[in-house]
Amino acid sequence: MQFGVFSVSDVTPDPTTGRTPTEGERIKAMVRIALKAEEVGLDVFATGEHHNPPFVASSPTTMLGYIAAQTERLQLSTATTLITTNDPVKIAEDFAMLQHLADGRVDVMMGRGNTGPVYPWFGYDIREGINLALEHYNLLHRLWREDVVDWQGKFRTPLQGFTATPRPLDGVPPFVWHGSIRSPEIAEQAAFYGDGFFHNNIFWPATHTRKLISLYRRRYEYYGHGKAEEAVVGLGGQVFMRKNSQDAVKEFRPYFDNAPVYGGGPSLEEFTRETPLTVGSPQEVIDRTLGFREMFGDYQRQLFLMDHAGLPLKTVLEQLDILGEEVVPVLREEFAAKKPAHVPDAPTHASLLAAKTAAGEGEQEEQS
Amino acid sequence: MTRRIVTVSAGMSTPSSTRLLADRLTGATEKALSERGEQVQSRVVELRDLAHDIMNAMTTRVPTGELRGVLEDLGQADGVIAVTPVFNASYSGLFKSFFDIVDPDDLDGLPVLMGATGGSPRHSLVLEHALRPMFSYTRSTVVPTGVYAASEDWGSGENGGRELGDRIDRAGRQLAMLATERAPKGADPFEEPTPFADLMSGLGT
Repeated sequence: MQFGVFSVSDVTPDPTTGRTPTEGERIKAMVRIALKAEEVGLDVFATGEHHNPPFVASSPTTMLGYIAAQTERLQLSTATTLITTNDPVKIAEDFAMLQHLADGRVDVMMGRGNTGPVYPWFGYDIREGINLALEHYNLLHRLWREDVVDWQGKFRTPLQGFTATPRPLDGVPPFVWHGSIRSPEIAEQAAFYGDGFFHNNIFWPATHTRKLISLYRRRYEYYGHGKAEEAVVGLGGQVFMRKNSQDAVKEFRPYFDNAPVYGGGPSLEEFTRETPLTVGSPQEVIDRTLGFREMFGDYQRQLFLMDHAGLPLKTVLEQLDILGEEVVPVLREEFAAKKPAHVPDAPTHASLLAAKTAAGEGEQEEQS
Repeated sequence: MTRRIVTVSAGMSTPSSTRLLADRLTGATEKALSERGEQVQSRVVELRDLAHDIMNAMTTRVPTGELRGVLEDLGQADGVIAVTPVFNASYSGLFKSFFDIVDPDDLDGLPVLMGATGGSPRHSLVLEHALRPMFSYTRSTVVPTGVYAASEDWGSGENGGRELGDRIDRAGRQLAMLATERAPKGADPFEEPTPFADLMSGLGT
């Protein structure tokens, strides 16, 4: 089981002080958070991608490359990479380059994006969102697996005799997750390829999330990648912790009440009751997170959203300390004890390379 | 067979003439369904009781409190009776907000009986210029007879009062007919997804 953090990269005023960090401060804070994630023993850092204020993460591989140079173990990922409006050729190149620089500590999460104007800004039509995700990813999948690609499609200019460089590290493309909140088409897509499926698990009631994950698991089995319970599932979540539950609620409330995504809506109490948001003691976070397993089955990756709504860097780093010291060690033990042996861990470069080598040896044996 | 009717009333006061009209329309529909040999299960929802939950869903998409159950019932309904007071020459904001957060798939093809109430008969065309276009947009099957009741209709003598009652009965009969003959909903995309090969049809591979 992998544990990590994901950031949406919002630049939001701290409602308790009125101070807004500069873009530069926020970018460096994200890097500091990633380094801290490794320090406290987490496995994954994932950055969002946005092309409009108040977000700063427009260039994920630049940031992840910089973090790769300063870390040893941390898996670098995205949440999400816009498969709709980015050129799949550039995604293939950027992430293969990052793979080489980071010695394989790279995976990618595809998403459609939820900001309407981004589509026309990049020359696309939002009504084609699903089709763009399908066609672009299909091309990306080929570019990483075929040395020379001839391709023609509906959206991008055709390719003749094209080779995306550099080739993926050791001939093993980065593992791909597909993130979606409510689209059965994306669950179907992830299942078809045998890729991972990630649900951000933030805004929707758990019953909706479960419908989508069950669909992905069923279709993963249908397409012959393994049993439904072996499908590769990732979940988001958001938490705020203090030793005493009441202190956590008191400290987090102004951030919740003023956050661009919740402010003016439900109360903190309503939102924690109806969604996976947990504000309380480390033990409450442990219990709630273990509950996700009951709800969605054994899963492979848990990412927490920690650095949003204007929370100051100092507070976020304290949260990561609590997560790394008090929460994740318990979760690792509990999840490991509950997971059946045949349910795989999340794929890494090492595991994919080993599988590829084993498959290659199998083929040689068949030939000889 | 049991037909499920959900009545949505956006009246503000208690008691409200909007609720009064909603109850009359519900009663007429139940009666017409019974005459067709159908069982009826009906539920009347006062949007005022859900006002905060509707705003929660509007701001975060999370349907809090009782709202989730109401939306689930609406998703299972064979017909909806939607009644609003006239505010500023249109439906009330709360009425519009509620239908803004209903899953569009649930309104698609759903028989809807429209009702509206106002202080004066001069707003009766609100059904045609505000409600009917909205339910056309949602691809609902709108009952031909909409019922508008002005304050004076409730106190009309022999002719006016009978006229309102006749319209209510006619509207109820029409909704009963549409609710009975409604085509079954399409497959649940979460149960029967479009296969990947079909999704890719027409796209580059």
